[in-house]
Amino acid sequence: MIIENAVVESIKQLEEKTYLIKARSETLANSLKPGQFCNIKVNNSTFPLLRRPFSICDVENDSIFFMFDVHGEGTEILSRKMFGDVIDVLGPLGNGFNLDDNFDTAVIAAGGIGVAPFPYLIRKLGGKKKMISFLGGKSKENIIEYGLKNLSISTDDGSVGFHGNVIDLMESNIERFRNEDVKIFGCGPNPMLRALKDFSIKYNFNCEVSTECAMACGFGICQGCPIEKTDADDKYLLVCKDGPVFNVKDVVL
Amino acid sequence: MSKLDLSVKIGNLTLKNPIMLASGTVGYGNEISNFTDLSKIGAIVTKSVSLKPRKGNPPQRIVETPSGMLNAIGLANVGVESFIEDKIPFLEEVNSTVICNIAASSIDEYVECTKLLTDQKVIKGFEINVSCPNVKEGGLIFGNDLNSVGRITEKVRAVTNKPVIIKLSPNVSDIHSFAEAAKKEGADAVSAINTLVGTSFDINTRRPKIFNITGGLSGPAIKPVALAKVLEISRKVDIPIIGIGGIMNWKDVIEFMIVGASAVQIGTVNFINPNAGIEMLEGISNYCEKNQIKSISELTASYQI
Repeated sequence: MIIENAVVESIKQLEEKTYLIKARSETLANSLKPGQFCNIKVNNSTFPLLRRPFSICDVENDSIFFMFDVHGEGTEILSRKMFGDVIDVLGPLGNGFNLDDNFDTAVIAAGGIGVAPFPYLIRKLGGKKKMISFLGGKSKENIIEYGLKNLSISTDDGSVGFHGNVIDLMESNIERFRNEDVKIFGCGPNPMLRALKDFSIKYNFNCEVSTECAMACGFGICQGCPIEKTDADDKYLLVCKDGPVFNVKDVVL
Repeated sequence: MSKLDLSVKIGNLTLKNPIMLASGTVGYGNEISNFTDLSKIGAIVTKSVSLKPRKGNPPQRIVETPSGMLNAIGLANVGVESFIEDKIPFLEEVNSTVICNIAASSIDEYVECTKLLTDQKVIKGFEINVSCPNVKEGGLIFGNDLNSVGRITEKVRAVTNKPVIIKLSPNVSDIHSFAEAAKKEGADAVSAINTLVGTSFDINTRRPKIFNITGGLSGPAIKPVALAKVLEISRKVDIPIIGIGGIMNWKDVIEFMIVGASAVQIGTVNFINPNAGIEMLEGISNYCEKNQIKSISELTASYQI
């Protein structure tokens, strides 16, 4: 874990609220694993006071990418960064996805901005595993296809793709992967992750999800981000340190 | 010019410099040691330890507010037994002055905890948390009651020869009376302030943003309140004060010392910059040199009013 000043190389607006920032950060770029995250201080002021956690979206040579929706002061400031600006990045944090399990097909299940950690995962799995991606959103503007492969889309309002949620979309495509050695990688809002857990248990798929929770530090000292364990009620796990990626069987979503 | 002396005394405890890391913002030292050299810090104060492990509150435990944050962790901790077995070995390695913070829901529990820990060599003193705003029993029930603070101090004092620091609540109208009560019963110092009770609501759902409904406010937003409380104690009670509340940089440290603090604790800033304490030492040293201060302790209560 280090704190590094990353230098912004580009920032793209992918959708009305969604941005992709690319920053040069040699040390982090060479140590990050898919599913890990970084905690970013967006300015030197006391407002916003805390760092903001972001999934690592992709890594390319010495550069790292973060994808984010603007939904508060912190992300608003981040969205206005320009070429050459410096951002204060603390990472790598958390444990990332486990890519050593036995599987031939990676099934990506993403909801909205939950798509953020997958471009890097897909890059790492490229050429080694078969990949199928499912992405759901409320409406057309919540669908960010960036970096995804072999993609099927759903929207709650039917404005693009399958009319319904992403789990229903996966059900309707089940014959494409039900007889294969599948591992599901999921990220999205909690109701979606709960449904994904039920889905993976129903079909007996191995499934890991990237979770989120409000946190202050990102590395275990504030104790701000508890998540309930499935098998014990005497203590919580921490999303930042024990996660953010968990096997769905291990946690209460 | 002779070498600047950064060491400070709190009762009979000498710290190599006035910067301590506040309880609940450094865990038991191991995670933060990835970012900072704990042996260079004045002292670290452990996450509160209670007799039995505590699970803490469900999420959401934290919400950011203007220049501050609310937390309602609920004293999640491993309990005395696991603290001794699993956490003390690391603390013994880091070569830092360790103050153990103790939380409890009864006077007997404070006493029992202190008893079980007082023989641990690595622990150089105890900070008694009578002011956690986030638990039903203990915490503020004691911290708001003058008699309880006096009795807890007296009983804990009786079972340890190590320095006893009482961590005071700001959620009272006359904090100096609580400092006086602690002093009368033999406390070596008080630390002030713990967090202020606050809350934050979502205007769309009309629900509280944290599970516990209220939490403890910390960060630069509370600094003026903390300074006023330290000054109040300093003017009325002759007891060493450890100043706490929203310290973000070396100037804040100096300001707390001027109004009466012998040492300070930094908390919320550790979440943002876990090496902040060590970085502040340079600014403090420069200030002292510029102002021809030979010993940092000259600053304590040097206010001009």
